[in-house]
Amino acid sequence: MLEALRARPWTWSFVGALGAFVATIATLHGQGAAGVATAALALAVFMVLAGIGQMFVITLGPGNIDLSLAANIGLASAVSMTVMNGSDAGIGLGLAAAAGCGLAIGAANYLLIWLLRIPPIIATLSSSFIIQSIDIAYGRGLQIKPPPGFADFTSLQIAGLPLLALLTMLFTVAAAVLLRRTIYGRWVLATGQNAHAARLAGVAVGRVRAITYMVCGVLGGLDGALLAGYFRGANVDIGNEYLLASIAVVVVGGTSVAGGEANLPGIWGASLFMVLLLTMLNTFGAGAGARLLFTGLIIVAVIAFGGGRKTA
Amino acid sequence: MTARAPVRLLRSLLPAFSLALVVAAIAWLNPRAMSYFGFNLMLSLALPIALATVAQMFVIAGSELDLSIGSFISFCGCVVATWLDQSPLLGAAILLGGVLVYAGVGALIHLRNLPSIVVTLGMSFVWQGLAILVLPRPGGAAPDWLQTLMSSKPPFLPLPVIGSLLLALVCHLLLMRTGYGAVLRGAGGNATAIGRTGWSLLKVKMALFALAGLFGVLSSLALIGISTSADPNIGSNYSLLSIAGVILGGGEFVGGVVSPVGAVIGGLTLTLAASPLLTFLHIPPDWQIGANGALLILVLAARARFSRPEAA
Repeated sequence: MLEALRARPWTWSFVGALGAFVATIATLHGQGAAGVATAALALAVFMVLAGIGQMFVITLGPGNIDLSLAANIGLASAVSMTVMNGSDAGIGLGLAAAAGCGLAIGAANYLLIWLLRIPPIIATLSSSFIIQSIDIAYGRGLQIKPPPGFADFTSLQIAGLPLLALLTMLFTVAAAVLLRRTIYGRWVLATGQNAHAARLAGVAVGRVRAITYMVCGVLGGLDGALLAGYFRGANVDIGNEYLLASIAVVVVGGTSVAGGEANLPGIWGASLFMVLLLTMLNTFGAGAGARLLFTGLIIVAVIAFGGGRKTA
Repeated sequence: MTARAPVRLLRSLLPAFSLALVVAAIAWLNPRAMSYFGFNLMLSLALPIALATVAQMFVIAGSELDLSIGSFISFCGCVVATWLDQSPLLGAAILLGGVLVYAGVGALIHLRNLPSIVVTLGMSFVWQGLAILVLPRPGGAAPDWLQTLMSSKPPFLPLPVIGSLLLALVCHLLLMRTGYGAVLRGAGGNATAIGRTGWSLLKVKMALFALAGLFGVLSSLALIGISTSADPNIGSNYSLLSIAGVILGGGEFVGGVVSPVGAVIGGLTLTLAASPLLTFLHIPPDWQIGANGALLILVLAARARFSRPEAA
């Protein structure tokens, strides 16, 4: 039993999510279980999207990480809302603009890594500083609301399940297929396990890395647009919590920080766990300080208990 | 071999050269800034940033990374502006406790073989939460002695300059000129070798993290002494800024390649390039963070020019 759990470290995240859910419902005396579940699914979506992007990057191997995700989400939220300009006709164009903005950021990140031969962490850190400034200068005084159609779309429910959550689940399955069954996905894993061996085996390591940073950028961009729709407006800080959260859900979800080993179901488990944990602490009446404190302690505890296989 | 020596020299001079360049640019834009008063004003925030950078440097010396130093400084700042002011003994004990927790984090990372990025990421939530619990709203007051110290005007050289020189000297002697300093750096370069020679790697990691905690406390003292009151988010930028400072100062993420003098120079360069230079260039403060990003990229581009081609 324990062996089986060790082999699938992400099971813990689902167990944790379930535990937090049960504790919340118990505090509410069994009231509103469906509401809590729906809200958790809706909020988890944004963490899952950022998490999947970060997961692909982290899987590329030691040192690969995208620290520009928060700034990317912030800028894309502003760009998409500006392009949509409050009219339903602009939704498609706005989403494309958000994706394009993310794609450009991903490409710029990889260009820095490749041209300057610097660790990705410092390349994406520098670019995040610049993106943040662009966003502050561009989004100054910008209070554009999402078009009504787009706002409704982000909070639409089908039989009590948020539509976005269903779409994101489909996307997660697609990402799993991409990772396990396509040449690109196998190349990502091979690069992460041993970049040198992968290169000798004919993997176009550079191209794989470039594509992966762009994939992460696009996911961040789309996440920004959806967040702006869900929270009824773009703002500079909208992505802030998703930088640390994206790394946390990847690791808590059982993806190896050393790379070469990805875990998609774990992203969902960990995201639901993080969201339900916050819901639980809220229902207990915990303030912002206590919520952060417990989130941190639980992340450290999960890592300390489930981790311990760093080989890098 | 002979061709490499000048390249290495150039690389090691790069941090000092970039600082000189920034100072020269300021002098050219506004010659009046080149005075005791001007430097005192321009460098007012240099000391906390330099101290945070040195804290980060100790962690990077062990080939680890600390994403929690910023929120740790926030937490310590809140303690300094409340407990240390009202009941100095209790306040000092809590700050010491913080340093011990840092050593404990180092021990946890070593014993469970965990990725430091993730553990310190979790800890950043913990410190942030504790900071909010200590001081929910901006306020508090710096102890009088601290305010007096930080606003003192020593003869000939402004306090930030004297402080930075002293800091660079002390850390240089500690890390580069003592036997145990070499062991500390060696653990980042080749941990196995250090372990085989009979040094306890556990103690090394704990020492590095405790030093980071100690300098984090010093950074918060300097910061609160200048700002005279605290805010639970006061240090939030410092995690990423300190990493940038270490890299600007010629440090490398792996291999125990760090330089205390470089780290202090890196911190000073970030301080000067962010605010005074932009003010004199009449660039709006929106671009402050972006300027730091651009500076990082420029310096790293220059460094890539000087690095050996086979390093990629």
